[in-house]
Amino acid sequence: MANTFAYAETRAGELRRVALEAVTAARQLADATGGGEVHALIIGAPGIAAKAEQLGKYGADVVTVVEDPALDMYSPEVVAATAAQIAGVGGQRAAVFSASAQGKDLAPRVAAKLGVSMIADATSLQASGDSIVATHPVNTGKVVATVSLTGSPALVTIRPGAIPPQESNRTARVENAKPAIDPASARVVPKELIQGNTTQLDLGEAPVVVSGGRGLKVPENFSLLEDLAAAFGNAAVGATRAVTDEGWRPHGDQIGQTGRLVSPDLYVAVGISGAIQHLAGMRTSRTIVAINKDREAPIFKIADYGVVGDALEIVPVLTEAVKEAKKE
Amino acid sequence: MKIAVCIKRVPDMETRFKIAADGASVDQTGLKFDMSDFDGYAVEVALRLKEKEGQGDITVISLGPSVVQETLRKALSMGADRAIQLETDSVPFDGLAIAKALAAELKDGGFDLILFGRMAIDSSNQTVGPMTAVLLDLPCLTAASSLDIEGGRATARRELEGGAEIFEFQLPAVISIDEGIARPRLPSLKGIMGAKKKPLEVKPAQLGDVHLTVTKMELPPERAGGRIIGEGPDAVPELVRLLRTEAKVL
Repeated sequence: MANTFAYAETRAGELRRVALEAVTAARQLADATGGGEVHALIIGAPGIAAKAEQLGKYGADVVTVVEDPALDMYSPEVVAATAAQIAGVGGQRAAVFSASAQGKDLAPRVAAKLGVSMIADATSLQASGDSIVATHPVNTGKVVATVSLTGSPALVTIRPGAIPPQESNRTARVENAKPAIDPASARVVPKELIQGNTTQLDLGEAPVVVSGGRGLKVPENFSLLEDLAAAFGNAAVGATRAVTDEGWRPHGDQIGQTGRLVSPDLYVAVGISGAIQHLAGMRTSRTIVAINKDREAPIFKIADYGVVGDALEIVPVLTEAVKEAKKE
Repeated sequence: MKIAVCIKRVPDMETRFKIAADGASVDQTGLKFDMSDFDGYAVEVALRLKEKEGQGDITVISLGPSVVQETLRKALSMGADRAIQLETDSVPFDGLAIAKALAAELKDGGFDLILFGRMAIDSSNQTVGPMTAVLLDLPCLTAASSLDIEGGRATARRELEGGAEIFEFQLPAVISIDEGIARPRLPSLKGIMGAKKKPLEVKPAQLGDVHLTVTKMELPPERAGGRIIGEGPDAVPELVRLLRTEAKVL
């Protein structure tokens, strides 16, 4: 029985949620094709082995742990060589990575090393005969492609949030391995990891996203959105490309085709006109609220609830109302 | 510095797309085409590096049918020195098949730097750059949001979810470029005139085997939006009520 590989992404010694998504997706593929083991790989500085147990909980049968003091940061060449070595043995059926910033860098390297093609940014995934079939949004999300891949392993990255982590309560066997190449020999040398506000929820993981555009007029007015996000308690604050290009907000907060793709339960678009490139990053949100002065703004066409008016007047009132609603 | 920039011709994303009769591609009728957004940034980075050094040679490469020559000419009119079309009737969806053709062209080119846009805005795969780097056995940095090169050594930053990371590496190298790094210039009239005289070479693309294919394309379901519930702060109580009772998100 062929096995399925999953790469468990970490950052600064912690498992990322996308690691659990990759293991879950691998488990689902394995189960749908009559079983076989899920082999997860986790790489990091000494101590990362403590995270192996959690991967078992989400469906890994075997967790290969690679610990090395030089691997406290993501080292692309070392991780790619190690993942290729482990995903490439034993005729694994599929190898699942996340289409996160790290996964998008890593997976194509692994694929080229193994000489296999890959599916990128899958929003759904299934086995079909000898092929892996997936959906993958193209043309800024305005078209959805169904793609079919053959190869061993069939390598796939899955869009963060598309396949929610699901527990399956296994106890994984832990195996230790060494990096496939000496970390000191890496030509691309990791120098620094800059962590944003780690107490704030990640945009890709927050159930509520409050997002602002140029309609907020000046960067200081983003504090109104911070207050609204705090009132929700489970929200992250995003921005449009116009705003991040102006330097009002960090580049990493940009929601849109060329930035983060988010799909929260609730998306609150404040002072956002709804340019195509922005809509591509949030149109799959479950519920969309738009607050904008311009009744003709395209954002209203996709919003479930639109409020026309000055965001600077409306948002503080909404913040108080949300606080009240949360109290009840 | 000798720089190669790999660019792609893509449809204008402002279009309302229609699915072609084969059910597995976009109807090309009436579409406008241009250089993929990120590739424009990559061309701009190459031009600025050349300007900073006061010398250099920039080759732009595109894979596809003869219409990609328009896109190559645009890069030439921005300031690239020469162009190569790797000719093929159609561009496969399979990144590795494309990477093999590019690597075959690039391997003996003696380039100090090979640039890509972070991804093609149409296929959105983001795989060809790093795959090409592996095939060429060159150091690779993807999605660079800033890049600094001094004495053949590069320092680059890439954005993460809620953070960023900084890497250093030696040239020659392959780098894919994120947007925002350097706003692409518009071709000047002089540039457009000059581009017509710059060399554009056509060679057959040595594509790899295709293992990834598109079997279907469809338009996503339309959102049933468009409901305006009121104006100004007075609409807030109704909004909160709907969020609680109808959307059940509060």
